[in-house]
Amino acid sequence: MRDARGNIRRPIGARLWLSGGWLTLLALAAICAPLIAPKDPLMQDLFLGRMPPFWMEGAEPGYLLGTDSLGRDVLSRILYGARLALVVALVAGTLTCVAGATLGLVSGFYRGWPDRIISRFVDIWMAFPPVLFAILLIAVLGPGLLSIIIAIVIIDWTRFARVIRAEAMSQGAMDYVASAQVAGRTRFGTMLAEILPNVLPTIVALLTLEMGIAVIVEAILSFVNLSISTDSPTWGGMISEGRTSVHQAWWVLVFPLITLFLTVLSFSQLGEGLKDRFDPVLR
Amino acid sequence: MTLLRKFLLRLITTAVTLFGVAVIVFIVIRVVPGNPIAMMLPPGATDADIARLQAQYGFDKSIFEQFLIWLGGVMQGDFGQSISLRQPVSSLVLGRLPATLELSVVALMIAVVMGGALALLGTLYRGTRTEGAVDISAGMALSIPDFLWGLVLILLFGVLWPVFHISGRISPALNTDFATNFYLFEAILRLKFDVVADLIAHMFMPALALAIPLAAIIAQLLKQSLKETMHLDYVTLARTKGYNENHIITREALPNAILPTLTLVGVQFTFLIGGTVIIERLFSYEGLGNMAIDAVINRDLPLIQGIVILFALLFTLVNLVVDMLYAVLNPRLRHA
Repeated sequence: MRDARGNIRRPIGARLWLSGGWLTLLALAAICAPLIAPKDPLMQDLFLGRMPPFWMEGAEPGYLLGTDSLGRDVLSRILYGARLALVVALVAGTLTCVAGATLGLVSGFYRGWPDRIISRFVDIWMAFPPVLFAILLIAVLGPGLLSIIIAIVIIDWTRFARVIRAEAMSQGAMDYVASAQVAGRTRFGTMLAEILPNVLPTIVALLTLEMGIAVIVEAILSFVNLSISTDSPTWGGMISEGRTSVHQAWWVLVFPLITLFLTVLSFSQLGEGLKDRFDPVLR
Repeated sequence: MTLLRKFLLRLITTAVTLFGVAVIVFIVIRVVPGNPIAMMLPPGATDADIARLQAQYGFDKSIFEQFLIWLGGVMQGDFGQSISLRQPVSSLVLGRLPATLELSVVALMIAVVMGGALALLGTLYRGTRTEGAVDISAGMALSIPDFLWGLVLILLFGVLWPVFHISGRISPALNTDFATNFYLFEAILRLKFDVVADLIAHMFMPALALAIPLAAIIAQLLKQSLKETMHLDYVTLARTKGYNENHIITREALPNAILPTLTLVGVQFTFLIGGTVIIERLFSYEGLGNMAIDAVINRDLPLIQGIVILFALLFTLVNLVVDMLYAVLNPRLRHA
């Protein structure tokens, strides 16, 4: 099957279903974590340290995916970790999107001095190494969920602003915008009623991508021990611990890594799939 | 003339950007809680001791005054004194820069080779399953960031099939007489192949982790522009002349398709350099990024400042070079 641009059309359906399915599963796991987690994710048992997963020699019954060096259940920690990951994805992703898309829209459609100021800030932001910026911000704001969300919004708004600015600019030059103006719409009204719906597919695709990125940023911050207090289980924290004991207990690293991998992949594939589906040209 | 004006304009905006970065870092890191001076003194230190040291580092002045003093120093190449390591920031940072540069350049080379090969493969076998496989693998590689690739590589080549080193830059036994900190470059020039092999074995995984997402981008974009070029008349002409497909793709289509990819690679290369921060941490590679994270943890304000400015300088330089390269390579822009 070939579409209008001569590209081979990939099966959109399977991608959407698979990624949507994994994320739904994850959301359910996060919501029901207290009901389905086999163990208390914080409970330590030093006699049960580094027990392998169930199919291996020496596994402890009841600990399906094994235990970490402090004897905590890996499966339960992954399930509880999903809560934090998804909250960060949804809240930080949405706030970043709203902030960045608004600035990009204003910058690209109004042009003039708002554009000059916003673009200057985008330039400055692009000159920062993002991970270092994030770590610096957490050092300033102090560890905690709110700090992570604020840091992600502060760092990543440019991702939306740049793309939406360019899109709004090209949309703004089109005839339908001029006719809307002639028909008596205000500048602001045109932006909301004409430009916004046309850049929405891009915004949606960027939003799901950003959710995946937010999960990664949280994991990276946990990895350098700057995320949340060490009490709450996070995937990044588990990965960090697993990295140090990878030669003795690979499962402490592998299972949270697979979860994180699939989650990030699902977010981005969901975004691509939705974009194709909502793209007015392809539809 | 226009090219020169453009270039001068670029230099000015670059200077403005760097100034903005300096201002923001300066303000942000001075709100950091935790007194770096109190941290470097033994627990029994009196308030007078702390005050004296603070005055020595200039922390008793207003932020504005501190900034002016710092800026004055920077103009003369003096980035201040590191608090935690008690050495000049400039020599610390320049000592680590070669490690990060070597890692980034090796990663870039891997990405260009991998991405280019994938794009050519996909173009040569267009419309077949091979093209589909290239599309899907590039799409997947793109959605996973370098940090996760690094962890996957640690599992593959550090644990499952341990052929590469998972931490450090060089084996301690070989770490002897280097005249510069460009270990890899120097070892190649001096034909010390055992050292080169050791350096590569350390660098391979972090470089590959950084390279994979960029390779995917190059593969996608280059393949797309090759596809567009393949429909142009001059390519059809070459085909009617009887050249084979390999010649047409590599000799005729590729030179024209490479330009749009080049601009993008420039921007993406700055992202790659930014990625070294966490990748160096992950692989305990002694570069700038690893030092930066330690500096934040130790609240070493002068060092953080110096490193961030250096990164910003590096990013803007890369962009500048790419823009100039584009202007030189693109004949349409040269005569405009």
